[in-house]
Amino acid sequence: MADAHLRVFRGTPSTEGTFDEFDVPVEEGMVVLDALHWIQAHDAPDLAVRWNCKAAKCGSCSAEVNGRPSLTCKTRLSDFEEGETIQVEPMRAFPLIRDLVTDVSWNYEVNKTIPPFQPPADQPQETWRWQQEDIERVQEFRKCIECFLCQDVCHVLRNHETKQPFMGPRFLVRSAGLEMHPIDTADRMEHLKDEGGIALCNITKCCTEVCPEHIKITDNAIIPLKERVADRYYDPVQLFLRKIRGGGKKVPAEPAPAGAASVTGEAAPAAAQVDPATTDGSPS
Amino acid sequence: MIDRLERHPHDVLVVGAGGAGLRAAIEAAAAGASVGLVCKSLLGKAHTVMAEGGVAAALRHVDERDSWQTHFRDTMVGGKMMNNPRMAQLHALEAPDRVRELEAWGAVFDRTRDGRILQRPFGGHSHPRLAHVGDRTGLEMIRTLQDRAVAMGITVYMECTITHLMSGRDNVRGAVGYWRQTGEPVVFPAKATVLATGGVGRVYSVTSNSWEYSGDGQALAYLAGAELIDMEFVQFHPTGMVWPPGVRGLLVTEAVRGEGGILRNKDGKRFMWDYLPEDRREEYAATDEEAAQWVKALSAGQTTDARRPPELSTRDNVARAIYTEVREGRGSPHGGVFLDISYLPADHVRRKLPSMYEQFKELADVDITAGPMEIGPTTHYIMGGIRVDAETGATTREALYAAGEVAGGMHGANRLGGNSLSDLLVFGQRTGAAAAEYAKSRDDEPWLDPAGVQAALAELAAPFGESGKDAESPYRLHEELQTAMESKVGIFRTAADLDDAIRELDAIRARWPNIRVSGGRAYNPGWNLVFEVRNMLVAAEAVARSARQREESRGAHSRIDFPELNEKWGKKNSVVRLGVDGMEVGTTKLPKLPDELRSLLAKE
Repeated sequence: MADAHLRVFRGTPSTEGTFDEFDVPVEEGMVVLDALHWIQAHDAPDLAVRWNCKAAKCGSCSAEVNGRPSLTCKTRLSDFEEGETIQVEPMRAFPLIRDLVTDVSWNYEVNKTIPPFQPPADQPQETWRWQQEDIERVQEFRKCIECFLCQDVCHVLRNHETKQPFMGPRFLVRSAGLEMHPIDTADRMEHLKDEGGIALCNITKCCTEVCPEHIKITDNAIIPLKERVADRYYDPVQLFLRKIRGGGKKVPAEPAPAGAASVTGEAAPAAAQVDPATTDGSPS
Repeated sequence: MIDRLERHPHDVLVVGAGGAGLRAAIEAAAAGASVGLVCKSLLGKAHTVMAEGGVAAALRHVDERDSWQTHFRDTMVGGKMMNNPRMAQLHALEAPDRVRELEAWGAVFDRTRDGRILQRPFGGHSHPRLAHVGDRTGLEMIRTLQDRAVAMGITVYMECTITHLMSGRDNVRGAVGYWRQTGEPVVFPAKATVLATGGVGRVYSVTSNSWEYSGDGQALAYLAGAELIDMEFVQFHPTGMVWPPGVRGLLVTEAVRGEGGILRNKDGKRFMWDYLPEDRREEYAATDEEAAQWVKALSAGQTTDARRPPELSTRDNVARAIYTEVREGRGSPHGGVFLDISYLPADHVRRKLPSMYEQFKELADVDITAGPMEIGPTTHYIMGGIRVDAETGATTREALYAAGEVAGGMHGANRLGGNSLSDLLVFGQRTGAAAAEYAKSRDDEPWLDPAGVQAALAELAAPFGESGKDAESPYRLHEELQTAMESKVGIFRTAADLDDAIRELDAIRARWPNIRVSGGRAYNPGWNLVFEVRNMLVAAEAVARSARQREESRGAHSRIDFPELNEKWGKKNSVVRLGVDGMEVGTTKLPKLPDELRSLLAKE
């Protein structure tokens, strides 16, 4: 097999970066991360790469491969034409630490602001009964491996288009997973609207395209949340009803039968389903 | 210089933020301790995230005949009676509460038809017992624990590597490490220190473990004077990917067999029928038809009197069977055997095993709903580890605790699948509570001996020293260490091979001080690897020397020159400690088995 030709970004925040070129011998089934490891062991022992599992389960090895936000452990060398140069750069939405490693700590700070899971005080856990079909949407969101590729590709974050806060697709997905949990009682609408900046997303679906877990971020998480926020803050009927009821919690007016998920849990509104054919799967 | 070091004192310092470390930190914080949680990767990336099949707990949701007593017995039988019986008892007793607690903190497990937590069968478990989320249970657990820790406001030091424990006259007083992002040193004075750093898989070249599994906690404890036990017991998981070479060793979850996967050799023979241990044969189906009936009932969510398929034998046994088939020339084209689940409906397979489907499709161009996978054994887990007290996780050094894979005793000579996730919850919780209580009992302020700190800093700086002719590369030493372990301390062992391996490890250790690295301190993987190689040398030597000492075959430890169980060895655990002239290996009597537990082990 011919060698693979890689151009790898090297640099620090205080220096102008360069692209170093490496020829790497190819074994069948090799991925870009294998090539980076070969470079470390043979040519550039201090090449900074963040990785953990090399099994697409931890979401550490995110980078941009030929311009596309990718997990380097899942990007096979055989996906490229023979002789094609494979260019590997750090994620652009985050500050550089060194070489391919960026400072993603901002994400961890945003995460801390999300109101945590809050089960109902009056429903003992022994009575919780959830049907599999009622939790499948939440399980989809909980597949997220926090690779932050969706944050990287999101143009609002990537191009710093706004001075207002915007939590980005990853944390809209996390919020959706909590909001659609069958028994959660916390209210995250104000957080989504203000600190979350949900209105800033204009549904270009770039996040869905790069998600290695194939979570339908835009259709299944962001759009339903946008609708809930709109219902709360911008729907005149809802505003009126809230005034006369005196509150805005998503807890139903009648006490729910213990553990009945179909009553307490609001499954994803069917209206939010956009033609799935346009978003199914990743283009890679 | 030392006065100006970055310093973070805590009541309880937890090293490692996988399941055990997170659970310990949560418990210690809940007890009112000031907790510092240190992890060498980003939060949420620890090895727990790779666990697939499920967490074992006798919840009795799928089969009411289950009980903690049966779980205890299965664990002891699977561990070939080498387990610390009190640990196995506490584990079986408390696992259900620890799993329910996760649900109360937001975990969303797969459900039974009546809406409770679903449980799946696994090798060596008498009943369907593993709570799970498809085949990504570890991710669900770590995310739930992470969210809980964040909600409690626990201080997390991410991408920070601990390289040295600091000892006072009679106890451990904290730790020294460095920030990976800058390379700058940092010290953590602490009243109590919990090690939860996981395993040692990276000492082998074919492994399902991530780079983090470099024996850090085992080595830190050993160098601080604590004892290790049972280090010869390394679990080779029967099913890792064997092709293509780039993914060799990657885990194929036991859930494939739990859902009905069949193992065949190149002649199409279902060979596990030939490898069932005689004394356990009656627990398994007698015919293909009975096994098929069991799978059918399972898929339909019904209980059945049919017994489980032979593929659900314990991991040590299945790994040896596969290895033997391959060695005797009945393997698949790439040196494994075939694992087939494609006879079940494609939709069912994709729903039950989504990440396996994805993994084979993306990395090997194999559609597991259409044909068999090629698999072979891969280093997966170490049953041995730091010697701990069953109730508290206290090590043999005061103020030093350990929980999770880094601790030994719970699993004996072989671990059952699903018992590691429950182990880290049960003993993470216990250890966190005990460490917090110990810290409360100390009214002296944490303080680190400046001479010890100075020596640690000097060791961190040494690889940047002048590079002579004999300069060594950390990558090369790591590779040589892996080759020695893979070829001579693998599934089947002999005295001659083990002696060779010990000699080779000695030689690598002698070269270790000559390691030199280029570049600066900031995010320099070559420099970082130097200290991991130091730790791996300790772990590898402990495995090899313990394996050399145990002259019998038991559980995951198979000696070609001593192929039988030996009653004399069945009464002893191996012990490793640091002596004046290096590593000392000896034995200790097994912990006593109380009568009420002994009666549980008697066959009905």
